[in-house]
Amino acid sequence: MNRNHFVGALCFLGVVIAPFYIYPIALMKVMCFALYATAFNLLFGYTGLLSFGHAAFFGAGSYAASYALKYYGVSTELGLLIGCVAAAALGLAIGSLATRRYGIYFSMITLAMAQLVYFGFLQLPFSGGEDGLQGVRRGEVFGIWSIRDDLAAYFFVTVVVVLGIGAIVRVVHSPFGQVLRAIRDNEARAISLGYNVKRYKLGAFVLSATVSGCAGAAKAIVLGFATLSDAAWTNSGDVVLMTLLGGVGTTLGPMVGATIVVTLHNELADKVGTNVTIIVGALFIVCVLAFRRGVVGEIGGWLRSRARPRLAPLDQRARLLPGDSNL
Amino acid sequence: MYCCQERRRQPRDIFAKLSGPVLGALAFMLPLVCASNAGAQGTGTPLRIGVVTDLSGVNLDYGGPTAVVAAKMAVEDAGGAVLGRPVEVLALDHQNKADVASQKVRQWFDQENVEMVTELLNSSVALAVAKIAAEKNKIAMVVGAVTSRLTNEDCNANTIHYAIDTYALANGTANALVKLGGRSWFFLTADFSFGHSLEQDTVSVVERSGGSVLGIARHPAFQGVDFSSYILQAQASGADVVGLANSSNDTVNAVKAAAEFGVTPKQKLAALLMQISDIHGLGLKQAQGLYFTDGWYWNLNEETRAFAQRFFKRTGRMPGMVQAGVYSATLQYLKSVAASGTSDSKRVLEQLHNTPIHDVFARDGRIRPDGRMVHDVYLVQAKTPGESKEPWDYYNVKATIPADQAFLPIEKSKCSLR
Amino acid sequence: MILSNLSIQALSGQLVLGLVNGAFYATLSLGLSVIFGMLNIVNFAHGAFFMLGAYIGWIALTYLGIGYWEALLLTPILVGAVGLAVERTLLQWLYRLDNAYGLLLTFGLSLVIEGIFRDAFGASGQTYQTPELLEGSMDLGFMRLPIYRAWILLASAFVCGLTWYIIERTRLGAYLRAATENPDIANTLGINVPMLVSLTYAAGVALAAFAGVLAAPVVQINPLMGANIIITVFAVVVIGGMGSIAGSVTTGLSLGLLEGVAKIVYPQIAATIVFLAMTVVLLVLPAGIFGTEPKRV
Repeated sequence: MNRNHFVGALCFLGVVIAPFYIYPIALMKVMCFALYATAFNLLFGYTGLLSFGHAAFFGAGSYAASYALKYYGVSTELGLLIGCVAAAALGLAIGSLATRRYGIYFSMITLAMAQLVYFGFLQLPFSGGEDGLQGVRRGEVFGIWSIRDDLAAYFFVTVVVVLGIGAIVRVVHSPFGQVLRAIRDNEARAISLGYNVKRYKLGAFVLSATVSGCAGAAKAIVLGFATLSDAAWTNSGDVVLMTLLGGVGTTLGPMVGATIVVTLHNELADKVGTNVTIIVGALFIVCVLAFRRGVVGEIGGWLRSRARPRLAPLDQRARLLPGDSNL
Repeated sequence: MYCCQERRRQPRDIFAKLSGPVLGALAFMLPLVCASNAGAQGTGTPLRIGVVTDLSGVNLDYGGPTAVVAAKMAVEDAGGAVLGRPVEVLALDHQNKADVASQKVRQWFDQENVEMVTELLNSSVALAVAKIAAEKNKIAMVVGAVTSRLTNEDCNANTIHYAIDTYALANGTANALVKLGGRSWFFLTADFSFGHSLEQDTVSVVERSGGSVLGIARHPAFQGVDFSSYILQAQASGADVVGLANSSNDTVNAVKAAAEFGVTPKQKLAALLMQISDIHGLGLKQAQGLYFTDGWYWNLNEETRAFAQRFFKRTGRMPGMVQAGVYSATLQYLKSVAASGTSDSKRVLEQLHNTPIHDVFARDGRIRPDGRMVHDVYLVQAKTPGESKEPWDYYNVKATIPADQAFLPIEKSKCSLR
Repeated sequence: MILSNLSIQALSGQLVLGLVNGAFYATLSLGLSVIFGMLNIVNFAHGAFFMLGAYIGWIALTYLGIGYWEALLLTPILVGAVGLAVERTLLQWLYRLDNAYGLLLTFGLSLVIEGIFRDAFGASGQTYQTPELLEGSMDLGFMRLPIYRAWILLASAFVCGLTWYIIERTRLGAYLRAATENPDIANTLGINVPMLVSLTYAAGVALAAFAGVLAAPVVQINPLMGANIIITVFAVVVIGGMGSIAGSVTTGLSLGLLEGVAKIVYPQIAATIVFLAMTVVLLVLPAGIFGTEPKRV
């Protein structure tokens, strides 16, 4: 208990002083994508469903929040909420169709529907087409606390992201989460145990979509715009990479992966230009071939093999896809 | 699920909740720390000018690395320093994405002492960056982007639209073609703010002269689309003129497709935005006879030729409107900083608005309250291969449209600052 | 923008063009489908190999003076060799795993290939001169069709037909089909399954490269040309049924025609209409039109 409290306090201190040493916008961007990756991991790592169209939800959150903030002048947390609701609605619509199919066909449907959503954002008048929605004001939280200053915005976003990630972690360690993992490990057995598997899958899908939308809305608030890049399939690919790199089915993994990928994009983009693509691609290849448990999974596995000679209980190991052999 | 397992994980939950996002950020703080830079203002600290352009994509000939060279030439000609501070030129490759540009320019303004950004080709980028310049009270001198929205609905006190805009382009080219008998038009439009602006401004000119629009085909911009189906539509419409409301590679490809499918003898082509780099890419064989409007030409007079030769020695190609525009804008900015004795944006902008411009780019230019820099523009026609006497000798200047007629009269501007 | 006159002339012109595009979709999806059927790998790098083919053809012409016709023959062989190397070094470890991993690895591979070319040549694109023999256009009455486009139709039809013939009518094809159905038994019967697998991958990407060289004179050769087309090709394969040759070819051609019609009625949707079709088809027919239902978990 003591050690955990100490670590917790250290982290809290770290959160508080970080924006004074590092550009807050960069920190906030990392946090938004960490939330996005964690939401994706709920579906991929814990339910075993690889969605290739999550950018649709991120984009929906981003656009809905931007539109509300820019044209209706709502308060910040209301804009965030609107983003979440929009993404949830989309998640319900897409999820109810996609969960009817399995495996690669599920992934393909999510991809196809995300492309349709992208097309919607491209053509519909409210989204500004290729220009996107620019100049989105941050607004005031609860109508009184203006977060125009980057530091104020940082603390707001930190709270939102921590709450979001906390919610996902809570769900994962709840009975609902246990059923999801059962579905991931052996769907037929879960059905035979009497669980309404379709409902659970849809529930996970909608939850994942909602939190992704929240991340998108937060990003729009931080950076002040919503563009087609938010809903493009390359964004879907990015979140898969973040989760894979960090560790599928672990708690910290997606956050670590998000940090690595976002930092790579930001830092290397000016220094090495297009080589970022090569590095990202190489990371994918290396991860799939050698590193399937991701950074956190590998570190966790190494620590466990040092600490305990016997295997850890099943649900504490990073579990991957149904088609995998046992680790 | 309740057997065999004890819930001993409470502390780890707290650990996970609090430390997750933070540990991740902390662990990778190091590269980010390198990126952070709380610069101070004062004598001796460099004054930075940012050139925001497309350094590696489809628009790299339109603006690109040569625009960065133009800015550097201007800095050198101004003496390399102003008010005791060395001047540095930074370059950003926005890859034709407004979000990449927005984020980086914001960081430039916040962290890296950049006071002025220029070039800014691609109307989405310009519109986004103009807003950020207003928010951070810095200066944006837009050269490459042409949407007239910058001095109308989207104008602000911190943005100057320096070179040409869609109104001037439409005014010059459309009027000329209508006079040549082009009454009915079909448009091929790049599907974003630039294309829409150009199309709208041209449509107003056409309709004002009694012409009609038979159809519009919108295509995704800068993606190397196959123009054949759009050209077919244009042919099917039977319009007198096929107006190309697009730019750089798209225009070049559209002209090629038009030749391939036999558009030209029957119908006229109007390249509504064309630059000398596009003619160079197309070749005079395919480009000959095309009418268009340009903001500058290297072969206009002695001064422009001298500048062009200097530029050619450094880059291996002749400057176009964008390169000359960036040169002039940078020079004017530095002069205004020197004249107002400070780099404070408000004072510099005041000075910019009150200083007439007589340089290689504009013989008699001035910046209006709405941010519009008005100067002469030129209606040109591409030469035939036989008429061209030396490399890059591509234009016959048909008419000079004087500054007060080329641009939207300020009374009609939708800008609140007029 | 909906045109006010949907004339037969305009429609026919768009349909002909659509058919030509469909030929590309058919050739590309054929390779993808064959690879999936045999290797159970969703080859995301197919678009990158398509781009590779176009670029090699361009490099051959610009730097080595190798003409179009030689490039058409040599490029697929060269790219096939590259594919063989890729399969031996990277892909063979993934066959027993969930096919999501194959998708992710080939996705990474496509990024690497595209990044390399983007680095080397920039993103602005190159042009490839149409070969002299095929220049010019012929008057079809309702439109002028460039001769090169007609050639594309012919060449694609020939290549698809050849592939079909090899798979369905030759002994090699029989071995291939046997190895696809049951690799273990085929192995015990003496068929060199691993080699067949490698060859299949090589042949699949060679097809993509062939399509690339074919496309070079018509499109702007740029490093992103593969990425732009790959998800459409995926959709075609999924609709047609993953692993089915007939499905891929018919769906590819039909999609081309569908896009042609879309360009008359509502041009902006032309690029997206395939996804609408895919969603509808998958919800009605779980495995596509000609595909077989995948094994449930």
